[in-house]
Amino acid sequence: MLNMINKIIKETGLGQKKIVLVGNPNVGKSVFFHQLTGQYVDVSNYPGTTIEFCCSKLGDAFLMDTPGVYGLSSNTPEESLVRDTVLTADIVINVVDAVHLDRDFFLTCQLADMGIPMIVVLNMVDELLARGLKLNLVELKQRLGVPVVPMVATKGKGIDLLKRRLHQARPGRVSDVVDGLLLNYPGLRRGDALLILEGDPEVAARCNLAPGGEKGIIFADRRRRANEIASAVLREKTADTAFATRLGHWLIRPITGIPALLLVLWLFYELVGVFFAQIVVGYTEGLMQGCYEPWVRSLFANVIDLQSLVGVMLTGQFGLLTMAITYVLGLLFPLVLGFYLVLAVLEDSGYMPRIAILMDRLMSFLGLNGQAVIPMVLGFGCVTMALITTRLLTTERERRIATLLLALAVPCSAQLAFVTAILGSLGLGYMLLYGLIIFSLMTGVGTVLNRFMTGGSVPLLLDLPPMRFPRLDNVLRKSWTRTFSFIKEAFPVFLGGAFLLSLLSITGLMNKIEQIMEPLTISWLYLPNETASAFIMGFIRRDFGTARIMGIPMDPLQTFVALVTLTMFVPCIASTMVIFKERGWREGTAIWLLISVLAFMGGGLLSRLLSFAYGLYPAITLPLTALIILAILFVIVTISRWRRTLG
Amino acid sequence: MMLDKVKRGDLIKIVSIGEAGVRENALRMGIDEGSILVCAEVIPAGPIVLRKHRQEVAIGRSLMCNIAVELLARAGEARPACINLTGEMC
Repeated sequence: MLNMINKIIKETGLGQKKIVLVGNPNVGKSVFFHQLTGQYVDVSNYPGTTIEFCCSKLGDAFLMDTPGVYGLSSNTPEESLVRDTVLTADIVINVVDAVHLDRDFFLTCQLADMGIPMIVVLNMVDELLARGLKLNLVELKQRLGVPVVPMVATKGKGIDLLKRRLHQARPGRVSDVVDGLLLNYPGLRRGDALLILEGDPEVAARCNLAPGGEKGIIFADRRRRANEIASAVLREKTADTAFATRLGHWLIRPITGIPALLLVLWLFYELVGVFFAQIVVGYTEGLMQGCYEPWVRSLFANVIDLQSLVGVMLTGQFGLLTMAITYVLGLLFPLVLGFYLVLAVLEDSGYMPRIAILMDRLMSFLGLNGQAVIPMVLGFGCVTMALITTRLLTTERERRIATLLLALAVPCSAQLAFVTAILGSLGLGYMLLYGLIIFSLMTGVGTVLNRFMTGGSVPLLLDLPPMRFPRLDNVLRKSWTRTFSFIKEAFPVFLGGAFLLSLLSITGLMNKIEQIMEPLTISWLYLPNETASAFIMGFIRRDFGTARIMGIPMDPLQTFVALVTLTMFVPCIASTMVIFKERGWREGTAIWLLISVLAFMGGGLLSRLLSFAYGLYPAITLPLTALIILAILFVIVTISRWRRTLG
Repeated sequence: MMLDKVKRGDLIKIVSIGEAGVRENALRMGIDEGSILVCAEVIPAGPIVLRKHRQEVAIGRSLMCNIAVELLARAGEARPACINLTGEMC
């Protein structure tokens, strides 16, 4: 943390002013940041999108975007970072949501009490009318004692006014209660003194003082002030008739919400699993294999011998210019783009937190609360990204469970791309069984973890963002930025992987490894020994390993076992790095080893189960397997829950 | 009475929030002891959604037994009829 602050100080230089954007979650700080600087920051309609700090130049000053917080204390590591950034700021721009003033003014009042020059940006003023509200701007300016700029950040309205008003920033009106109490800490900087009064242990330790105990009084007074200001400046003219409000209610009311959720999931499947995975990919893959690859081969045939070492490396079975390029551009690119487009719409509409509410009860079985639905759903896009968003969960226990479930049971879009392609050719039954296995894995492992880890699931306390119509430009820009950075990251890995595979197959090392792994592949998983190469590639990227499965001739049941084992197998290198970074190397290693063991164990058991079911009634192998899996799941869940109620 | 007895449409006033951490977080989000709220939605066996002005906050089932409320009006009732309804136990 100190490193970061030092870095900021170094980067800002001495004479440069530091301007910090602060506000509650989901009030539009990042959109505003984008409008001010032209720099794009990932934006969604749910809290917690900004997890890293973004910095940019604004004239001669230095502008910083921060993650949304409801107040400045040290409840979470992010909050501590925001607090320290604000403590070193020259000017604070406090972004508030015009419709939710009483909530947002708590932070505004705290900033005023800290005595830092500030300016208030009243964002989303265009929503006031639809929500039946009327605002008195003059009264607001007078009560806060600082410049207030009305704004519609998504349309860029008010940005120029803000730039003109920026030099008028000044400390806001202070609470009398706080002013009186601050006399106890003469000689300290006002911001530090206030946080010590509020009992912030980190700031107190930095100043070699004991944390104060006035938090209760100050917070109650601040809440009262915030409510007072909000009710003085906002008038309810008419009832809230916004369609979005009613839609928001329908989506969480189970009787309408569950059908809506199923409909959304079905649309998700139709769009990604059918449209992108089959129609678009069928076209792009055909284009790559039918036009691009022959073209590359004919081009190189003139220069080098295609059968030579270099020729095989470049254009052979695992060729850098053939296989690697076809996989990345023909398969990965359209699929990942499809996933991100759908996810972006889900995120921006504000639907995700509503899924969280609907699923809260179910998620509590896994030791998580409804909020964990967000990383889980995002995981189907990119596990690496989802692992980072586990930070929005409040406790270590939840982060740990979510990380393990994501790494073990959730296939990312790239891997799903290949899985859907392969399962699509095997038939619907396999696809359903695959879905069931993913579901059972999550439920089974989650329940067991919940049983054996100390503590319980944290109750849900969630601020619901309003439903909004996703903005097309934001959806497109977001999906494009994410897809582009995904491909940029995947491309070298695919090239390296293809190179390694060619190398292993040319030198004959592949045969050696396949021989060594025979006890695992042939005897335990009942798979042909070539699958060893798929697992080796799976260490690098799971999708790359899955793609390898396509090239190995197997019967449908074997292909299925290989797919499931690879789904459970260790996540890609990028995800592994994130796990190590977020969880520390010790826990990271433990998770990694646990997953490898579970994957092969699960694969072997599934293989035995399938051949057992096949031995009983070959015609209904799949339904029978599904039934047995459900039975096992039922037993596991019952035992875990039963022991829980006893303990 | 406790929050878990509240039905959709009820007008309630928060009397006390049991846990200190939750109390502080709720306070920062705009809900504190004394706040008057409308119950916007109750998900059976799931969370409750409370509305204050234009803002909605979802509260998990396990928290609901820790939050004491005073019922000001049942859903659909025109006037607060709190006198003989207060003091009911969870």
